Amino acid sequence: MDSVLIPEGVRRCSPRRFFLWTLPWLGLLGWGLVSAFLCLYKGLNQTNMTNYFAFALWIVFDLGVIALGAGAFFTGFLTYIIGKKELKDIINSAVIIGFICYSGAVAMLGIDIGQPLRGWFIFWHANIHSMLTEVSFCITTYLGVLLIEYIPIILENRKIEEIKELRLFGNNLHEIMAVFAATGTFLSFFHQGSLGGLFGVMYARPFAARGGFYIWPWTFFLFILSAIAAGPSFTILCTKLAEKITRKRLVPADAYQTLAKISGWLLALYIVLKIADTLNWAYGIVPKDGLHFMDFFREGPYGVWLVVAEIGIFGVIPAIILLIPKARRTEGWLIAGCLMNCTGIILNRFVFTVVTLAIPVMPFDRFVSYLPTWQEWGIALAVIGYGFLLYSLSYRYLPIFPKEKELNAA
Amino acid sequence: MLPFIFEWQWNAGHIIFFGFLYLALAIIGAGVTFAILKTAVQLLGFMRERHFH
Repeated sequence: MDSVLIPEGVRRCSPRRFFLWTLPWLGLLGWGLVSAFLCLYKGLNQTNMTNYFAFALWIVFDLGVIALGAGAFFTGFLTYIIGKKELKDIINSAVIIGFICYSGAVAMLGIDIGQPLRGWFIFWHANIHSMLTEVSFCITTYLGVLLIEYIPIILENRKIEEIKELRLFGNNLHEIMAVFAATGTFLSFFHQGSLGGLFGVMYARPFAARGGFYIWPWTFFLFILSAIAAGPSFTILCTKLAEKITRKRLVPADAYQTLAKISGWLLALYIVLKIADTLNWAYGIVPKDGLHFMDFFREGPYGVWLVVAEIGIFGVIPAIILLIPKARRTEGWLIAGCLMNCTGIILNRFVFTVVTLAIPVMPFDRFVSYLPTWQEWGIALAVIGYGFLLYSLSYRYLPIFPKEKELNAA
Repeated sequence: MLPFIFEWQWNAGHIIFFGFLYLALAIIGAGVTFAILKTAVQLLGFMRERHFH
């Protein structure tokens, strides 16, 4: 039925099977749409956000997917600016994953701000002293860049390519992709950093506040580093998942190895700096504020185990796995390393978003716990449903993997 | 007032903050415009098509 749209020389499942595959993801998307409607129609009372938790599940998801989506800009930077040719076999996949992550995050923010019709206020009434304003500028602009990077891939569809005007336009955009990759790198660098920076400058919350360089707290640099360490790992994970589901080889091993190696080195550097930052915080900032390290871990479920899990289990261990060539050449270890790396970064964003707000800062404050409502889960999980849908549609109808035909010749 | 926002002030903060935003938007806009113009020139037959694959 849709065979004329499927890229030449590759095999895809039947439309019926494809439709069945999309059902769970459509279900998640439907759940999200109902939740979004309720939040927009009835208001944010549909959530468990309070004055304590102005940042909640959606911001954890936002920060998580934005960090994981960094694979797009960083792989683009490595491919078009540094000239890592082998990454051309995975760059389309990275761009689509990045586009899904950023568009999902922006959609979720649209609900989070409560009145999306006033979303443009952040540009018109810009507070130039706010890191969040900078984040908003960069994320929206970078989403535009990702769209421009995605368009040539869409225009490579077999039927669309027959239209000369669109084919030429796609080729011409492709030709100057280095310009967009460089702009994307600049934008990503700043918004990843500022997302970290906005926690580091919370001087009234000693759990998150950090020292730094000039106007930038150390968390600014740590967030950039953690995003460029985890992004490539997430690209590997998603592409490997696509290989498992389709039971095909889609990307040559050298592309995976290059990304995994770079991811490993960046993660190792990040973990060393993160340990130094944690020690500096625990022995410098915290005592200066008249507190002790253990004061932050006395109440609620957020204990020292979080520090051990984030830095040790999901930081040091994946860095070691990804740094050992023999380990990362073994598929199981490669996937485990990438998965642990991504988990560590999500945990880091969770700690900075939720735990920071949960810990009391005033003598009269009490520990307040937070559990998301089904509406909050619905909107957050809809991003996953949307991601699977868009990636599946892209895989089915667009030549995402240039070597697919060659790698599955038999 | 100017350039382009309601509460614009002529100070370093606004110039740096918005300067970088407008620079990024200008580069993106120039890139897309270049691709459109080149496509038009190729369609009119003044330039040959280049193949990537």
